[in-house]
Amino acid sequence: MKILVAVKRVIDHNVKVRVRADGSGVELTNVKMAINPFDEIAIEEAVRLKESGKASEIIAVSIGDIGSQETLRSAMAIGADRAVLIQRPADMILEPLDIARLLQKVVINEQPDLILLGKQAIDDDCNQTGQMLAALLNCAQATFASQIVMDGDAIQVTREIDGGLETLSMPLPAIVTTDLRLNEPRYATLPNIMKAKKKSLDIINIDEMDFSPLGQVKTINVSEPKKRTGQCTILSNAAALVSELQAKEVI
Amino acid sequence: MSQSLVLVIVEHDNQTIKSSTYHSITAARDIISAGGNLHLLVAGSHTAAVAELAATIEGVEKVIMIESDALEGQLAEPMSSAIISVAQSYSHLLFPATTFGKNIAPRVAATLGVAQISDITQVIDEQTFIRPIYAGNALATVQNNGNKVVVTVRSSAFSGATETQSPAPIEEMVVKNIPQHSQLKSQSLTQVSRAELSSARVVIAGGRGLSSGENFTLLENIADKLGAAVGASRAAVDAGYVPNDYQVGQTGKIVAPDLYIAVGISGAIQHVAGMKESKVIVAINSDPEAPIFQVADYGIVGDLFEILPEFDKALA
Repeated sequence: MKILVAVKRVIDHNVKVRVRADGSGVELTNVKMAINPFDEIAIEEAVRLKESGKASEIIAVSIGDIGSQETLRSAMAIGADRAVLIQRPADMILEPLDIARLLQKVVINEQPDLILLGKQAIDDDCNQTGQMLAALLNCAQATFASQIVMDGDAIQVTREIDGGLETLSMPLPAIVTTDLRLNEPRYATLPNIMKAKKKSLDIINIDEMDFSPLGQVKTINVSEPKKRTGQCTILSNAAALVSELQAKEVI
Repeated sequence: MSQSLVLVIVEHDNQTIKSSTYHSITAARDIISAGGNLHLLVAGSHTAAVAELAATIEGVEKVIMIESDALEGQLAEPMSSAIISVAQSYSHLLFPATTFGKNIAPRVAATLGVAQISDITQVIDEQTFIRPIYAGNALATVQNNGNKVVVTVRSSAFSGATETQSPAPIEEMVVKNIPQHSQLKSQSLTQVSRAELSSARVVIAGGRGLSSGENFTLLENIADKLGAAVGASRAAVDAGYVPNDYQVGQTGKIVAPDLYIAVGISGAIQHVAGMKESKVIVAINSDPEAPIFQVADYGIVGDLFEILPEFDKALA
């Protein structure tokens, strides 16, 4: 079985983002970037499927500027066999539907049996790409996966839903998007990081792909959210808290 | 586009309508405030009772009902197909930003060849919306220039629509050849007798500081006195203290109650993203340096195992 994993380069989740003063977006220069945490989980899951003999090859794919090579190298250090980068100019804006359309081309080219994506990227917080790709490929989808079990020609996926959990069975090829509880990604060891440098990374320039962005959604402005007062009144005991809350009429 | 025709997809469990739908309807009414009409779609395997309930919600002009065995379990592939069969005539499709809506809305949008806007928290006009990005650390104002608007609505940002006396008409539609890819094998739902987390007026949430699942009874006792829902941080969920659907945060539920009490929760960005819109925040934590105190209005520094029983007693 061949697995395709889509990964995105995002601002590291520990970084406190700063909104640019001109409202054009958040500051990205000189900010630490990393692989999107949900995508790291997707790679880890693919590697585990390979280690258990269920998968034969893992291809990591990313769509981004030249810096995304680094993200693909981290994916290969975790255990992806090879990588494909669709390189776009740094200032080209792609929406989730554009990403899904580009991934669709990769899928048609690579013919994977299983496609893993993170459930959302921690920068745009969209939670759309996997579902959109499933729509374009007209295949089954399982979002927010917390468990994946291979079952012959089908897969069983346990999903996290608002009321609890549900388990679906679906034919391959299928799309699965990962939730945080699917697994604990391993740390890439130094020898594996060295090995990843030798693995194949194909770079396809987006200009060669017969593709133009849809441009349906325009970001007009990015602003700071309203700050909370930041004034925390420290109380000495619970009785004082109860009378404060009663005075505020919240209890 | 002053005459919007808005369709809200109803989230239901064959018996009742989830509160998220009522909040989405308020967002829909904001969209049609410049002129337009509001319809609801009830799709599923048992829809009659739900459609009747939907028809009584204020501002709703028509309820469309699609009932089919193929929609059992409301899986993404058949549900998308049913929704698309009625979507063409609408300018706007609204889904609640719950796991239900997030699962289906992008699939519908992509099939229609249009963008989807996630988790809107404010309607500026029929085409322009505000949504949080970077775990709520920035707000983006986005404008949709496609020929259809597909959005998911963050419940905590809109009030819930109310019911009215004069029910809207219900129109049943028959959709044939609904495709089925996946099969629902099993479902395990957490039985909760308390208020629902995303719509509760008061939420009391526990973190790793609770040390065990048993200790959550300390929170439950207080929750029962306050009519509150019980939530948790990701740390508490990952440690197995409570089920995953208790999780408040960027990747869990987003809440904005009148009162949020965070107990033994340090206040990681991920968690704060899910609760910082609460009106009053209380933090109970032994670490005075915990980041939760930066967003809290009131705090008690100390051992939660001493403070919680005191709190419980003070409420009696």
